[in-house]
Amino acid sequence: MLVLAVGLSLAVGTRPVPLAEVVHALTRPDPSSIAEAAVRSRIPTTIAGLLVGAALGMGGALMQGMARNPLADPGLLGVNSGASLFVVLGMAFFGLSAPLQFVWLALAGAAIAMLLGYGAATASPSGATPITLALAGASVTAIASSIISGILIVNTTTLNSFRYWQLGSLTAASPAALVQLSGFLAVGAVIALVAMPWLNALALGDDAARSLGVRVGMTRALSTLATVLLCGTAAALVGPIAFVGLAVPHAVRVLAGTDYRWIVPLSALGGAAFLLVCDVVGRLLTRPSTLEVGIVTAVAGAPVFIALLRWRRTVGV
Amino acid sequence: MTAVREALGADLRTVRVRRRRRDAVVLSVLALAVGCLGALALMFGARFTPPADVLDVLLGRPVPGASFAVGELRLPRTIGAILAGAAFGLGGTIFQTVLRNVLASPDVIGINSGASAAAIIALGVFGASGPVVAGSAIAGALLTAALVWFLAYQGGLSGIRFALVGIAVGAALQAIIGFVLTRSNVTQAQQAVVWMTGSLSRSLWDQLQPLAPVLAVLLLVALIAGRDLPVLRLGDDVAASLGVRVRRLKLVLILCAVVLVATATAVTGPIAFVAFLSGPIAMRITRHGQAVPAVAALIGAVIVLGADLIGQQLLSTAMPVGVVTGVLGAPYLLWLLMTGRTRA
Repeated sequence: MLVLAVGLSLAVGTRPVPLAEVVHALTRPDPSSIAEAAVRSRIPTTIAGLLVGAALGMGGALMQGMARNPLADPGLLGVNSGASLFVVLGMAFFGLSAPLQFVWLALAGAAIAMLLGYGAATASPSGATPITLALAGASVTAIASSIISGILIVNTTTLNSFRYWQLGSLTAASPAALVQLSGFLAVGAVIALVAMPWLNALALGDDAARSLGVRVGMTRALSTLATVLLCGTAAALVGPIAFVGLAVPHAVRVLAGTDYRWIVPLSALGGAAFLLVCDVVGRLLTRPSTLEVGIVTAVAGAPVFIALLRWRRTVGV
Repeated sequence: MTAVREALGADLRTVRVRRRRRDAVVLSVLALAVGCLGALALMFGARFTPPADVLDVLLGRPVPGASFAVGELRLPRTIGAILAGAAFGLGGTIFQTVLRNVLASPDVIGINSGASAAAIIALGVFGASGPVVAGSAIAGALLTAALVWFLAYQGGLSGIRFALVGIAVGAALQAIIGFVLTRSNVTQAQQAVVWMTGSLSRSLWDQLQPLAPVLAVLLLVALIAGRDLPVLRLGDDVAASLGVRVRRLKLVLILCAVVLVATATAVTGPIAFVAFLSGPIAMRITRHGQAVPAVAALIGAVIVLGADLIGQQLLSTAMPVGVVTGVLGAPYLLWLLMTGRTRA
């Protein structure tokens, strides 16, 4: 399914290219062909879709596991709003406009927002429970979005650039940024794979996990670190994309059950496929222009997610 | 034996009397706070108006230099702040109590997004203004609430499912808002951002006249229906065994809350955190459930009035009330969380 999504992502666009030619372009490049040039121009977008989708899916799965909360979503913990806030501050006060500069700002913002939310939840007497995490995340999000609207109201120039950034688009990821940041994604993925067996124990409750010899605090800290790296980088590369992290792990759970050793890697694959398909749909819907993938994921993802909620009770609600 | 029972009865009675006294004190202090903040809001504006002049304007006597500023600008703004604040506070508490989940407040479950999306489509796509925008906001909020209810209802209403469906619907609506923002011109986009932030600058007589009576009546109805709200906190079965018609009460309350929040949003736009925080604050102040609905309504009014005063008077650049409530409300919630004073 993922392979098919990659193929589609390379083939579909303002100028459609048959799949056979796509394969040809990849295996025996012919510099003079316009079709192949179109395919080549779609390669960075497709790679961005793969990496970001996988990162968001994995990050979402980790969050839901560590917070034991089907509501947990990296966006709910303030990752996207932190990234957005720093980008807006950079635009408004330092006059930044180059995407490569945004990348680092967004990454820093995402990390700070998430650590703040996570720290506040951990500092509360009841510790980082599902409820404290959700409330802390909501507060951080609210602070960030209030400051953002305060700035946007008085600063039209910033509003003008920010409104495009905040949609979330795969074409926003430049090849240079992809190369620079793929290291973060790799480290995040490795940490996620290390931490995922412990999430199974965590699902039984903190006390049960402790009695099984799992270090609960350590697991939560590692999962948070991995989520910051994965989702912060994703937001930095393509802007805030809602919903992939929330919906994909739920969909995966329907297929793969409750074992996090399956859920985390499958969420990565599922996230990548979902994001690419959404991107292709966005290109098809409004040809010859394109619809930003962030819009498609939310508008298409919401009904799927609600249907899952109604259809299956295994998601725990 | 009888002596023990009598002693227990006496204890219960003193507890009840003490609680009732505490409720009365809390309610009157809050009402006083609303009055004082309202008076301040009438006196301060671009220029200071002495209390005597304000009183004259309120009594309908023409005062040169103050009649317009106080009577036409500050008075509707203040009334709008009080009504909208009370509506958000009460509406939020009703949602949180009926669905028994703090996260199920109208700002989290997409009702605000629905109002915003409809208003912004009216502003950005159709270039509408004034009453049309307000009307579409109400329609948007009601439609969203109906949609979330319909999608989440499955042989009963679970708070967490309601919240999840609401968040999903809200996310889709946010994406639509983002889309409209990029496809309209910058001026319209800026208007839209101001609208979404929640501000009292549109709270003028022509906007208020149709909506204020609706809000006032709804507040009354919700307060009366909300008398049994504390009983619902005990759970459906206990409430039913205490003689409450649970299903009907829930339906009436939620309907009231939705229309309250929708109408208030039409006046001010969504104001961050008022609906979300008023209930938990009311719980903390009263320490028990009985007076929570009325207290939450007053707290909502105090928050909006106070935040607007801060935004207009204390900041170097005037900021809409929604920015202030967000920036102040969120750290407060974090503090509550870290000191362990939220009983979620």
